Amino acid sequence: MCRTVDLHQAVLAKNDENALALRGYLGDRGTVAVNLLSSPGSGKTALLEQLLTRAVAGGTPAAAVTADLATENDATRLARSGAPVRQILTDGLCHLEAGMLRRKLEGWLPEGTRLLFVENVGNLVCPASYDLGETLRVALASVTEGEDKPVKYPTAFGLAQLVVITKTDIADAVGFDREAFLRGVRQVNPGVPVLETSARTGVGVDALLAHVLRCAAGEETHVPVLAREHERYLRSHENGHEHGHEHPPADGHEHGDGHTHGDEHRPAGGHDHTGRHEHVDGREHVHASTRPGVRGQTR
Amino acid sequence: MHELSIAVAVVEQVEEAVRDQGRAVESLTLRIGELAGVVPEALDFSFGLAAEGTALAGARLLIETVEARGRCEGCGREAPTGMPPVLWCAGCGAPLTLLGGRELEIVRVTLADGRPEVRDEEASHVPHR
Repeated sequence: MCRTVDLHQAVLAKNDENALALRGYLGDRGTVAVNLLSSPGSGKTALLEQLLTRAVAGGTPAAAVTADLATENDATRLARSGAPVRQILTDGLCHLEAGMLRRKLEGWLPEGTRLLFVENVGNLVCPASYDLGETLRVALASVTEGEDKPVKYPTAFGLAQLVVITKTDIADAVGFDREAFLRGVRQVNPGVPVLETSARTGVGVDALLAHVLRCAAGEETHVPVLAREHERYLRSHENGHEHGHEHPPADGHEHGDGHTHGDEHRPAGGHDHTGRHEHVDGREHVHASTRPGVRGQTR
Repeated sequence: MHELSIAVAVVEQVEEAVRDQGRAVESLTLRIGELAGVVPEALDFSFGLAAEGTALAGARLLIETVEARGRCEGCGREAPTGMPPVLWCAGCGAPLTLLGGRELEIVRVTLADGRPEVRDEEASHVPHR
């Protein structure tokens, strides 16, 4: 005779607990984490170098952690910005997990760091499943990768709170179909802001940093359709509910203060900075100020 | 190939949950949504590796796949999202509310009757599915 045990445990519960703890740790220090996801060679490091340099020059305390399977090349490169930088070597693992990041940060993260950029392993598949305690998740794609990246990797682009197109200085040379790319983004992540950048010419980098700072200040956030259920889970615990190893059933754990996500629409293109900034369909863009008790945690 | 990390997480959680039962695990059931970003075949392969030398060695992995569905809050239309998903309403263009499709859950575990050590011997001759 067999015995059946009903478990109903989320497989990633341990990671989510670590992410939750990390979010609390960073929140207490006034640090906002930005998780950068993209395929290898999309230009994450070059863009990050620019972002860090500008943040430092502009007086925003910023730091970065960069993850690779091997070599400290990226940390060396990023350190030229003058910002504190650490390399995580994953020893073959294809993604970062919240526990790995937590261990790296504790005892290192400089006091007063406002922005912590986390350059994930170059991979559009595996990192998408892991919440790192970030406030802002950014998916990047270069113009050389093909317009269908968002629909080929719907989890990575679908869970992003911001999509960044890189290497736009060569968009014409490689025949990048911008409209097709935006259609794909809209399909998997309605309403997500899209920014266009070039680390080589510097176009769009200031706009990107400004966007990140607005998110850090809780002035701007986007909750992807794919993330809403997870967000409800994480927020329910921020409100002091008991936390175990289990995720609540999808329909059984309502948010305490009764607010809903994605209930405010705003028109497209409402920001007055340089660089292109589009809300793909103008919907689902929620200002954090409408969300009592929440400071920028959006996953 | 994050399925190996996921398989290790599954094995650890199940071992923890059944530790005081003193029985081997005969089978376990996972529920995986089609938008969870997990490939069932890769997970099945990884599970065989992750379970080696644990109470789950030789256990059968059963996977229930959940179709992704969405509902339009604007017009109430409810439909599968497809894959890759279309997360806005084909009818009125409003973003959808996802009703399911991102599940990644250990649903239940079936424990073998009798002494685990007998089971372990058998397990070395039995493929994991």
